[in-house]
Amino acid sequence: MSLLEVTGVSKQFPGVRALDDVSFTLNAGEVHALVGENGAGKSTLIKVLTGVYRPDGGEVRYQGEPVSFGGPLDAQAAGISTIYQEVNLVPLMSVARNLFLTREPRNRLGLVDVARMNREAAEILSGYGITSDVRRPLGLMPLGAQQMVALARAVMVDAKVVVMDEPTSSLEPREVETLFGVIHRLHERGVGIIYVSHRLDELYRICDSVTILRDGKLVHAGKLADLERVQLVSHMLGRPVSAERSFTSFAGEHDAAGGQPVLRATDLNSRHHLAGVSFEVRPGEVVGLGGLLGAGRSETIKAVAGALPLDSGTVEVGGRPLRRPTPVSALKAGIAVQPEDRKAEGIALGLSVRENIALAILPRLATAGVVSERKIDEIVDTFMKRLRIKASSPHQRVGDLSGGNQQKVLLARLLATGPKVLLLDEPTRGIDVGAKAEVQALIDELASEGLGVVLVSSDAEELIEGSDRVVVLRDGAVVGMLRGEEVTTEHLMNVIAVASS
Amino acid sequence: MTDTTAVNKLDLSRWRRLLPVYGVYVALLVLVLFNIVYTDNFLEWSNLRIQLVQVTPVVIVALGMALVIGTEGIDLSVGSVMALGAAIIPLYLGYGPVPAIVLALVGGLVIGLVNGGLVAFVGLQPIVATLAMLVAGRGIALVLSSGRYKDIHDQNFIEIGTGQFFYVPYTVWIAAALAVVVGFVVRRTVFGRRLLAIGDNRPAAVLAGVPVRRVLVTVYVISAILASIAGVIQVARIGSADASRIGLLIELSAITAVVVGGTPLTGGKVRVLGTVAGALLMQLLTATMIANNLRDSTAQMVQAVIILVAVYAARERRTR
Amino acid sequence: MSQTVVTPPAKAARAEAASMRTERIVELVQRQGALAVLVLVIVVGVVTWDSFRTFDNLGTVLISTAPPALIALGMTFVIISGGIDLSVGSLYVLGGVLAAWASQFGTWAAFALPLAVCGVFGLVQGLIIAYARLAPFIVTLAGLLGARGLMLALSDQGADTYLVKTDSFKHFGTGELGGIGYPVFGVVVLFAAGMLLLYRSRFGQSVYAIGGSEDAARLMGVKIRSTQVRVYVLSGLLAGLAGTINAARLGSGVTVLGTGMELDAIAAVVVGGTLLTGGAGTLGGTIAGVLLLQVIQNIINQIGTVTSAWQTVISGAFIALVVVAQTYLARLRRVASG
Repeated sequence: MSLLEVTGVSKQFPGVRALDDVSFTLNAGEVHALVGENGAGKSTLIKVLTGVYRPDGGEVRYQGEPVSFGGPLDAQAAGISTIYQEVNLVPLMSVARNLFLTREPRNRLGLVDVARMNREAAEILSGYGITSDVRRPLGLMPLGAQQMVALARAVMVDAKVVVMDEPTSSLEPREVETLFGVIHRLHERGVGIIYVSHRLDELYRICDSVTILRDGKLVHAGKLADLERVQLVSHMLGRPVSAERSFTSFAGEHDAAGGQPVLRATDLNSRHHLAGVSFEVRPGEVVGLGGLLGAGRSETIKAVAGALPLDSGTVEVGGRPLRRPTPVSALKAGIAVQPEDRKAEGIALGLSVRENIALAILPRLATAGVVSERKIDEIVDTFMKRLRIKASSPHQRVGDLSGGNQQKVLLARLLATGPKVLLLDEPTRGIDVGAKAEVQALIDELASEGLGVVLVSSDAEELIEGSDRVVVLRDGAVVGMLRGEEVTTEHLMNVIAVASS
Repeated sequence: MTDTTAVNKLDLSRWRRLLPVYGVYVALLVLVLFNIVYTDNFLEWSNLRIQLVQVTPVVIVALGMALVIGTEGIDLSVGSVMALGAAIIPLYLGYGPVPAIVLALVGGLVIGLVNGGLVAFVGLQPIVATLAMLVAGRGIALVLSSGRYKDIHDQNFIEIGTGQFFYVPYTVWIAAALAVVVGFVVRRTVFGRRLLAIGDNRPAAVLAGVPVRRVLVTVYVISAILASIAGVIQVARIGSADASRIGLLIELSAITAVVVGGTPLTGGKVRVLGTVAGALLMQLLTATMIANNLRDSTAQMVQAVIILVAVYAARERRTR
Repeated sequence: MSQTVVTPPAKAARAEAASMRTERIVELVQRQGALAVLVLVIVVGVVTWDSFRTFDNLGTVLISTAPPALIALGMTFVIISGGIDLSVGSLYVLGGVLAAWASQFGTWAAFALPLAVCGVFGLVQGLIIAYARLAPFIVTLAGLLGARGLMLALSDQGADTYLVKTDSFKHFGTGELGGIGYPVFGVVVLFAAGMLLLYRSRFGQSVYAIGGSEDAARLMGVKIRSTQVRVYVLSGLLAGLAGTINAARLGSGVTVLGTGMELDAIAAVVVGGTLLTGGAGTLGGTIAGVLLLQVIQNIINQIGTVTSAWQTVISGAFIALVVVAQTYLARLRRVASG
């Protein structure tokens, strides 16, 4: 009998089918890798398992019984604990108090027995390689140690299933070893572990079996040892390994060999994020940033755009270095960035299409601080037509538009600034197929007009077909570069798979 | 999406969106009609004038508050800033009304700079930053006035508070003019649009190159200057300056006017006309209750309930 | 595993030592800052003014500290939980009026009625905050208005002052033991109980947890709503009790006091090192904060030539200074611990 079994689960969100008839089985004492790129449906599946979401269809069976948890607390009480990627503990409280919150040991008077709590906490945590003072506030410990405390807390409640969502993303190598030790112990105790990670070597070291999701669908499930790395990567990125390079409408093939670089990033360093990333982009060229999730692609984009503080490194636009890069100075120098999370950092959902498009160039459309409605109308009209933005009027709230049109509004705002370089982080995420093709064609067109474009995409096909060159990243460092004939999914997957072994 | 539940949901959400925006005008209309029928002499110009004069300080303060709330902030210090403005007037009236008024506004400017600096550069929560100035501001006002109540004798200055133009007191004209200016600023200036963008999505505004800190400081400065104008007007109207009483709890009335007027506390929108209507509504409500023999105490309790209802109705569940 | 971002061990150890040092300093300043300033101010006071160092004056300071201390006790819980309670000044006055009125039915009634009414007031505010999820400052600002309205309604728009007719009730406010008023002992006992509640009960842990991170607390199984409701009930009860004690001391329910009491309480709590954003704070700090503000007030009275308004200026400046310092110290800590 399997410990946890999911059969034919689906989950629909407005506009997105996050899970489509997915099945998944976890046995006792098994470490099960759950992998997939962004938006593949991993988090949704985990949230279904832990009762955050109720599935639209399908069944979840736990220890042989069909279950329907009311929320994470229900699931936790039943023995399914989750360790989230961001530590979900209270940073200002002491380590021991965090470990024991809501189940503090009490003395006969009903008061919390602080001495016993601290003693027990120290004992428990020493098994996780933590020897520092448990009375210190949790927030002052390194992130890795915090993760360990979260893990210890999750396991303390007689857990039968532990879900780990990218547990090693903030750990130092030493801490990773400790974590693996803990996982090994749990494994021996018969606890089932669902392990989400993008670090292939980790997966191959500790996982027994694997389930791969892509676009909300199950693409592969089985023993991990039977699956080669390249196959794993190709399942994740969604291209048969032997595919030829195709030239669709989105075939970036721009003649840019001769030009001077419009953007040059040299030796970008940022603690925990980037380690010496360098690359350059010529006018009319699309440079793709490849790699798995967490490899430092978005961080690179942010660093160039002045939104991620750098420890060292320089960014030059048109040969002129940016002094102290900030979003404002980067924008002035001609760098326009489309952030990964459109709704959180990209557009102002509550404002109109018109206001969003004009936002970055207001001073140019104004005289003495008073904006000219006519000039705004001209600009907005130009870009709405050019990008074929479908809105009932320029005054419609952006929040009411479809994802694709929201993205186009954002692109319009970027283009309105007349940039030299466009940084696009997942430009087609969460938008429908038609709009996707339009956005891709637009990127191609912009590059042809002489813009330098940096493209990040989890969709291997999009990345390969759209880019003239691909810089492959891993752990915040450049591990490979694909040029000319090498720009194929096969090469990309090989570089990713080899680099991570 | 064509089944009936979806349609109902849509309708409901439409109502939820419309109610906070237009509810204030409907309520105001109903209240006016009620008064025309039940309150004696309601339509007499003298009565209407009293209502307008009394609501003036709240309107002026609420205009600034609306801007601050538009950036997803709050300014609790406005009452103290009013008191500060009031305390400065008698000190410098000897040099004439103009220097006195200018200095009163400078006092507001300074407090606004401190508020804005704490919010924009130190990164304090607006409620925390302005709470400090709420406490300190009134203290400074009391220190300046030595805690004493002061009568004003300068006739030119008093004229601001009591004089009329075209049957309407100057103070009401001033408030109306300020409302028009603020409305223009919100709708037609670079500053106004940036302010709304910051309130709607601050990270996006940063990435769009909006000088967020500068805009925030300016917003708090405007709010404080408007509050000192309200303080000056109040002194001119009453003919005396009492720093311990002027502007007490006006932050509450101002927030109420803004929220009742359809500006959500979550920022990204500013409804200037709604704010004015909101202030009028609350003023008229109190006046109506008193005219109909309900005591001040009842009026206060009713006001408390209305605030809660308005905030509850206007609270936006964001899809983010 | 090839890890690309590595810090050399020696450098790491040095950084760790430095971070520990910063951390200890930061913690010391945060926890004992108010106490240090208090001691300093007292020393200056004792050296400078003869009248300041009399035992009588000590008694005066302590007894006048009693009501604000009780309000600050409740406020500490509220602020640590991540909220704020602006209604306490009004509840304090309401409690006093109710106590004075109810004293005609005996001492028990004089205590029970204000506690019941103010407790219910806190309950309603807590329920609105916890279930309708409105911002605490809005809810309690409305509560301030509502409680004031209720007080005015009970006292004929503030014109009536009820006199305390029961001597046994009055005795609670005016009685002394060794020159120290009864209320002072009451406050000491309640603070001790408050410390047990805050540091040693599961409820106390929940208060810290929801103030520190509501989302994390929810995922960890803390009952957010019931904790919030209880915090506001506690604050209401203590404000009512403070009013009751004051009525007993003055022998009447005075209707004009209490404006700004909530601000004094917030000032005391913040000066005492509690984070205005919630999640951290101590009752010991709050005591130091309350005493500090009272002693400053007392010294201002000793000087005699300056207006008492300076006290408000100082409170405000203290709040600003402390919150700014806290923000920078927290940043320093974060940088130090990477």
